Amino acid sequence: MTEPASQVPAEADGAAIPDKTPLTNKERMTIGRVSMPEQEGEVRAQNFGEVNLGLTYQLAMMEAERCIQCPKPFCVDGCPVRVDIPRFIKFLRDGDLPSAAESLLGDNALPCVTGRVCPQESQCEGVCIRTKKGDSVAIGYLERFVADWALQNLDQLPKAHPVLTGKKVGIVGSGPAGLTAAGELAKKGHDVTVFEAFHAPGGVLIYGIPEFRLPKDIVQAEVDRLVAEGVKIEVDAIIGRTYTVPELREEYDALFLAVGAGLPVFMNVPGENFKGVYSANEYLTRVNLMGAWSPTSATPILHGQRVVVVGGGNVAMDAVRTARRLGAAEATIVYRRSEEELPARKEEVHHAKDEGVRFELLTAPEEVIGDENRWVTGLRVSSMELGEPDKSGRRRPVKIEGSEHIIGCDLVVVAIGTRANPLLTGSAPELKVNEYGYMIADEYGMTSMPGVFAGGDIVRGAATVILAMGDGKRSAQAIDSWLNGVWPPVSADAKEPEKAEAAAG
Amino acid sequence: MHPVVEREQLSPNVVRLVVEAARIAKVRRPGQFVIVRKGPGGERIPLTIADNDPVAGTITLMIQAIGASTTELTSLQVGETIQDVAGPLGRETDLIASGHAVCVGGGVGTAVLLPIVKALAENGVKVTSVIGGRSKEWVILEPELRACGDVVVCTDDGSYGRHGFVTQALKDLLDAGGVDAVYAIGPVPMMKAVSEMTKPYDVETTVSLNAIMVDGTGMCGGCRVTIAGETKYACVDGPEFNAHDVNFQELADRLTTYRSFEQQALARQADQEAKGACATTEVKA
Repeated sequence: MTEPASQVPAEADGAAIPDKTPLTNKERMTIGRVSMPEQEGEVRAQNFGEVNLGLTYQLAMMEAERCIQCPKPFCVDGCPVRVDIPRFIKFLRDGDLPSAAESLLGDNALPCVTGRVCPQESQCEGVCIRTKKGDSVAIGYLERFVADWALQNLDQLPKAHPVLTGKKVGIVGSGPAGLTAAGELAKKGHDVTVFEAFHAPGGVLIYGIPEFRLPKDIVQAEVDRLVAEGVKIEVDAIIGRTYTVPELREEYDALFLAVGAGLPVFMNVPGENFKGVYSANEYLTRVNLMGAWSPTSATPILHGQRVVVVGGGNVAMDAVRTARRLGAAEATIVYRRSEEELPARKEEVHHAKDEGVRFELLTAPEEVIGDENRWVTGLRVSSMELGEPDKSGRRRPVKIEGSEHIIGCDLVVVAIGTRANPLLTGSAPELKVNEYGYMIADEYGMTSMPGVFAGGDIVRGAATVILAMGDGKRSAQAIDSWLNGVWPPVSADAKEPEKAEAAAG
Repeated sequence: MHPVVEREQLSPNVVRLVVEAARIAKVRRPGQFVIVRKGPGGERIPLTIADNDPVAGTITLMIQAIGASTTELTSLQVGETIQDVAGPLGRETDLIASGHAVCVGGGVGTAVLLPIVKALAENGVKVTSVIGGRSKEWVILEPELRACGDVVVCTDDGSYGRHGFVTQALKDLLDAGGVDAVYAIGPVPMMKAVSEMTKPYDVETTVSLNAIMVDGTGMCGGCRVTIAGETKYACVDGPEFNAHDVNFQELADRLTTYRSFEQQALARQADQEAKGACATTEVKA
């Protein structure tokens, strides 16, 4: 068994580690990448406990030695929130956990979250110099190690005492973009209130990402830390209904709208309204936010024996792995392209396979089949082959005529994406949106309403936690500049570097 | 936290609660609803706002005890609290501005109907309410509706008012002519029957759909209903729709999704109460 990060040896407290001879880069290059200790596939498919157990102190120290401290680190450029990765790893390597934590938290408001859910392989780790000759430094694992240590040793971190500015900022949505912006703005001394439509803050971190990938007490602890820094949170507040944007604009000196892309997309095939067809949003919200994984939960959930999840992204993987844990003997991903195009993180696909999830690739749904009582009994599908690349650059799936067949199932979960929710924008006609209902924001995140900024999925379309956090961080810089009467902002941190590329994410 | 400031038992299983919710009391419109959650671990329940008092900062909820969660809510006493009241949600009722409206309420649907009747009467519309129940003790809100216009009461057993279903009384009114709009709220079979009845008369008919919901903001899609062949969300596109466009069969069917869970939850609740009673007895002994 591995020991949790909290139980680090006594010498890890503070900088009281004995001097040791630094390794040469050549020596560092000989150390192999650490493996994340995890629950066994068959065991964890039966429980909701976290899959990745976290590095031990020894494993983390060994991995930290693998970083060669590049003078021009690519990893920082690969990070949407520009965490100074070599810096926190250097402190860790030196055994100075408080400094490592302070450095990391200074750059990233939610490191416990990103250490668990970021697609590191396509960001920091993807560009790590060590990938040229083998495996990258396990940056995500080290981030999680330091962040988890910080969460349990808050007393060892210096308290920030920002000078209060008296400026009020309203943030709509308490997901990754909203929370990140809240943390950054509170650090600058602004009076921040976050509005959340649900009864608990966290957005997708709470209702969407399952417990086994991101424990809810971790999210709560990150929120608690922001509240301790002075951020106020108002739950049960639906902007567009409880309050309107113009009303909030009158009360606050600036607004940041980060409501996410809330509406589920359905397949638009016959039989979709049969009993036993869920959107991934509903399925995951019932299980995660409402706690329906527990047999005594007040909120019900249908427990399928044979569950089909349509889609190939992270949400689809979350749903199918949840189905296994709720007792599905068969849990199958139906995805219309091939394994190569699966948009999910590699680790999620690997974890799903370990847990016995089946993959029906190059398969597209045609119709939901039901019995005489309109309960789902199967999904009629067609096999596909890949044709010419489409606009996204991925090869377009083309139906193979005569390949129709039925996959027997008693539950279908649709995880093929989300779109913009018009609830908020409908209450503020001044807010310009594009043809799909997403808000239009300039390179500083400002919308068509002066002083009203927006970021995350409601601007870029369904993307990742970390891209939303990047928006939150940049918009916070821009908002701070706006509040100080400096416009356009001088700081380069307030501007989106590659807007076009990010939009494709 | 939202304290209960008033409680009244309207029928054997319907309770009227007046609850503090200042912001919602200020902005709510007829036809809108809230989602309430009694406390940690509780279910999110959509409930129509029957009335509001912007000065006192309160809203009125009428709750029918059907499942475990609604039974918990109906047993709340004055001074006790509801942790979460989110809203107002949904679109406001499309009210006619003049003429004669017939408002049909069945069971707890009568409570949902009341704010519409009040708003119509305030618009100067002539309102005839037709309300029904199994027997006399199940008829609710008759005096409140009478303050806004005529009321025809129907009971299934004839113990009060007319003997029979609300649809028969409605038919008489339609035959008499001069009905400009019908608003019908109640169990799905009743709304379906009303819809089928008004269609040949070509009278605009509005119904309020009590689909299963989680968030109430369009996020989960659980409340999807088919309206004129198109999928709509009752929470954001409704809850009220043109009755003649509604696929009632599908709605009735989807409402049965969790029937077995509801029965289990009620059994668990009864079991716990029984255990609680035993424990009390032991202490006393």
